[in-house]
Amino acid sequence: MPRLKFATVWLGGCSGCHMSFLDLDEFLFDLAAAADVVFSPVGTDVKHYPEGVDVCLVEGAVCNHENLEMIHRVRQRTKVLISFGDCAVTGNVSAIRNILPASVHQVLERSYMNHDDRNPRIPDEPGIVPVLLDKVLPIHAVVPVEVYIPGCPPPASRIKEVLVQILEHGTAQLEGRDLQFG
Amino acid sequence: MADKTLTINGQVVQAQEGQTLLQAAREAGFPIPTLCHLEGLSDPGSCRVCMVEQTGSSRLLPACTTRVSDHLVIETNSKRVREERRKVVELLFAERNHVCAVCVACGHCELQDLAIEVGMDHVRFDYDHPDCKIDLSHHLYGIDHNRCVLCTRCVRACDEVEGAHTWDVAGWGKETRVVTDHGQPWGNSETCTSCGKCVQACPTAAIFIKGMTVAESRKHPAEIGFLVKSREHLHCQD
Repeated sequence: MPRLKFATVWLGGCSGCHMSFLDLDEFLFDLAAAADVVFSPVGTDVKHYPEGVDVCLVEGAVCNHENLEMIHRVRQRTKVLISFGDCAVTGNVSAIRNILPASVHQVLERSYMNHDDRNPRIPDEPGIVPVLLDKVLPIHAVVPVEVYIPGCPPPASRIKEVLVQILEHGTAQLEGRDLQFG
Repeated sequence: MADKTLTINGQVVQAQEGQTLLQAAREAGFPIPTLCHLEGLSDPGSCRVCMVEQTGSSRLLPACTTRVSDHLVIETNSKRVREERRKVVELLFAERNHVCAVCVACGHCELQDLAIEVGMDHVRFDYDHPDCKIDLSHHLYGIDHNRCVLCTRCVRACDEVEGAHTWDVAGWGKETRVVTDHGQPWGNSETCTSCGKCVQACPTAAIFIKGMTVAESRKHPAEIGFLVKSREHLHCQD
């Protein structure tokens, strides 16, 4: 069997899902035996998402233009895209700012001006600090998604269940308590 | 009372006249998920989670408010029923701000359990993200409308069991909210007895005990039914 081209991507999330991925412990050896890690913030030092990826775990919601560009690139270059964790699946904590009825500028104002009495300043570094989207979106609201892993973060056992199914059948579907959000 | 004979999931079932489809199905060993239904309280049939399919009818029926009758042929777990139930639960998640990860009820929430039961791995509807208020004016309890599913179990527990009728429903459509004393802050309520029945009846952590942190809220909704049953028992003795 050809080795799987495996990637992980980190969008608008806290990296907790990736920490949980590292909690796979010895299963990481099994994964390394079956797959090449071609892109991952915790597995490679590759800067550009490559072509021809078989499976990608995507952590985080789509919050800014950099996330948006990245998820479209990931979609184009990936066979099985997995929404990895509650932010990717629901928006979760990242999407709480959607409750604010105001524009993005007012969201930033609330965070960086109203709640900072020492050095109130909205970060503005064009080309370095990505511009926020009006609304934070779960991944499937932007591009089609094949597999969903709920959880904040998903426990390692749940990630393993999905990866084992993928290695055996090429796709995966969680059931029962493995579907618990939060 | 006369017996009624109906068919549930291909099995002929005897039920007492006046029983609901929910009671008949559960007694026959067919579980049906519910949300607004709570033992001891009246049934508004509003959440639509318990919908079942009647053979020959295009309309689904709420099991909690439909009475048994002869010759009914019911499917409680058909593909259509499962799909509609999942849609109902997805809509509940989409219409308020349910963030399980930071909720005091995480791991002990009827809505979260329902999502698991209907196999909801994601929500296919756009999230509404309404701007909901939180009332922390009561000295013991709080109400967070972000987590409310409008099941009205608090309203019925307060009215039918405690007899205070502090809670009610106000507004229309997306603006519908449960309210205390016609929309006054809960802490100013002259009718609330602080009995906590609404807290126990609430299936999520919309109504919660103040001072709890993530995953600490454990409700005891069955105590409402226990209270009602105990009173019935007392009345029988009188």
